[in-house]
Amino acid sequence: MSRPIKPYGDTLDDGKVQLSFTLPINWSEAADEAARQLVVKMGFSDVAVVDGRKIATGYSLFVVYASTPQSVDADAIVAPSARSHAMSMEEIDAYVFERLGRKIKIAGACIGTDAHTVGIDAILNMKGYKGDYGLERYRAFETFNLGSQVAVEDFVRIAKQKGVDALLASQVVTQKGSDIKNFTALAELLEAEGLRDRVVLCCGGPRVTNLLAGELGYDAGFGRGTLPSEVAAFVATTLVERAKVRV
Amino acid sequence: MELRIDGTAVARCRELASAVVAPVGVFIGEHSTVSVERAVLRLLGVDGVGSDDIPLPNILVDAVGPGALPEGAALAFGRALAETGLEPQALADAVGSQRVALSAYAHAPEAAARGALAPYVRRGLAQIAQRRARRVELMERLPQQPPPLLYVIVASGNIYEDRSAAVAAAEAGAQIIAVIRSTGQSLLDFVPYGPTTEGFGGTYATQANFKIVREALDEVSEKLGRYVMLTNYASGLCMPEIAAMAALERLDMLLNDSMYGILFRDINMKRTFVDQHFSRMLNAHSGIIINTGEDNYLTTADAVEQAPAVLASQFINEAFAHRAGMPDGQIGLGDAYEIDPDVTDGFLYQVAQAQLARQIFPDAPLKYMPPTKHMTGDVFKGHLIDAMFNLTSVMTHQTIHLCGMLTEAIHTPFLGDRALSIENARYVMNTARSFGDEIEIKPGGKIEARATHVLRQCERLLERVGESGLMAAIESAAFADVSRPPDGGRGFDGVFARSAGYFNPFEEALTAAVR
Repeated sequence: MSRPIKPYGDTLDDGKVQLSFTLPINWSEAADEAARQLVVKMGFSDVAVVDGRKIATGYSLFVVYASTPQSVDADAIVAPSARSHAMSMEEIDAYVFERLGRKIKIAGACIGTDAHTVGIDAILNMKGYKGDYGLERYRAFETFNLGSQVAVEDFVRIAKQKGVDALLASQVVTQKGSDIKNFTALAELLEAEGLRDRVVLCCGGPRVTNLLAGELGYDAGFGRGTLPSEVAAFVATTLVERAKVRV
Repeated sequence: MELRIDGTAVARCRELASAVVAPVGVFIGEHSTVSVERAVLRLLGVDGVGSDDIPLPNILVDAVGPGALPEGAALAFGRALAETGLEPQALADAVGSQRVALSAYAHAPEAAARGALAPYVRRGLAQIAQRRARRVELMERLPQQPPPLLYVIVASGNIYEDRSAAVAAAEAGAQIIAVIRSTGQSLLDFVPYGPTTEGFGGTYATQANFKIVREALDEVSEKLGRYVMLTNYASGLCMPEIAAMAALERLDMLLNDSMYGILFRDINMKRTFVDQHFSRMLNAHSGIIINTGEDNYLTTADAVEQAPAVLASQFINEAFAHRAGMPDGQIGLGDAYEIDPDVTDGFLYQVAQAQLARQIFPDAPLKYMPPTKHMTGDVFKGHLIDAMFNLTSVMTHQTIHLCGMLTEAIHTPFLGDRALSIENARYVMNTARSFGDEIEIKPGGKIEARATHVLRQCERLLERVGESGLMAAIESAAFADVSRPPDGGRGFDGVFARSAGYFNPFEEALTAAVR
């Protein structure tokens, strides 16, 4: 069944959105009008420039409310989540030992020049995130946290040495697409080394979505707010599924 | 407002910190590093790159070689200066293009080397003194607005874009501009050369880039009638060189922590301790305010639990800085507003910690860092959390205030984000300007109890560190839950023992000046 939806201001289907942006011009009434016309050109109607002011020489900031004529069919949209396997640490530990009969080896790193380990640490460090213990605490996981600024080549080499089952690549810095480049380089190198099918490959970071991860050739992508147990459950269930296929 | 704190405990923490750094000071006195030696060459007037864009200071230190380096690069260089009669830059160019080999002059007398170096040492020190005098003159003529001094970062990767952003931010009210570095730079064992237009998460720190932004800020300072300060990073593997370049280009502040690189960048601890000492000696002479990195303890671990580590690190940074001859007025000790916004009374804890630092380090230009860890992409809530941070800063009289961005965790700030952030800070700090002076802290209440707890725990931590020694304590993960071995990490191969005849003309002159 089709269910077209629009942004909701105070009335169904009013299509109201708020926008704010900077234009590289000094403020004047004409600048407000320039902002309004720009938003009209974007396809919006009922455009109201509710604030416009100079923020520096040659730059003005605008706040705009407008209505969009567009809608989307919410029922036709699919974005599968990798975070749907709700299990506790104890359940995951038991599940892994019962179904795999061994520990899962997992390596994580902030790849490329990225020095922000906040994401990978939240997932791997014993302490975990929001009261959800990190993978180091699990009996069923042997964890290698390689830290920050790990070259993709080093990540793959170490993963190979340790014989890991799963890799977690983290990227917090996203400037000029550096995250995508690094994620892609990792997936390609694993492919070239013939390791891709033998590992569960996951990426994470505040701008990562599971959909993006799929496009980049990853098994899963974990965005902001992900709990360690969600990653653990995904890796564990994926490995168990793959083991079944091999039998 | 005033916390009642135990003065004896504060004095004891200072004693403990001083005792903790003393043995490290002995180690520092017996060692040097390739980066210290390269900084010496830069101060003698060496700049530029040779073949393959390798900086001449690196080429020269390699040319001195492991045999002669233990007596310091200056002597080998000075011998060649004496024998060739060349100026430092001309000699460096000649070595770079392999027209001159330093080893050919190894037998020239040391006295001749010292004599040939002397005028260039004087010139280097005079240049730094001149830059410092110029800053004093400008700040008298173009006074800053009262603190908290609003500090924003620019980080496009392209120095020319950074320049536009810096000028725009200054016009919007920023008093300090930091050009944040490309994320990989802390691990480079050389300083890139020339203006740069590409970087990741920031812009390379080069002397040419320093000059470009300094000139633009001087211009806008005149226009605004208030001096706008410039900041960069003397951290990573090239601390002393950055300190030298910053002195020459009149930067006003440098991020410079005694342990940050060790813990968070896996840089060898011996390298870091030696490098930070010489870089701080230079900063002291340049009048550059250092910013220490205690905020990192809070972003990587729980901010409520890590509070004593922040205070302990402040004491240790202070003790190291004093040893390098820095006065309190140049020691910008760090802290950050990083407690989880869901913690009940979290704001009270932040006030307690900020006020505690203010009272313990009354003359330090405290550096207060904004919330980052709990910024989610919800720009509306982020703007609110930043407002609470701004309030804490103004009521506890912080000095250097890094403006929080509503778009933290989304992207490097847009020009408009920066303007909104500065507006937020200006609004809160104006509307609550005297708030801290008009209220009293409830004796024995939650704020005071928290401050007392943090101070007591800090004392215990410093006691533990003192028992094992700083290097062993770092190895046993006493700070930030991170363990680093004394001989592990990056840059250890660049540390060497000084020979009995070691000579660093700038260290000698600056040590004499401190005494």
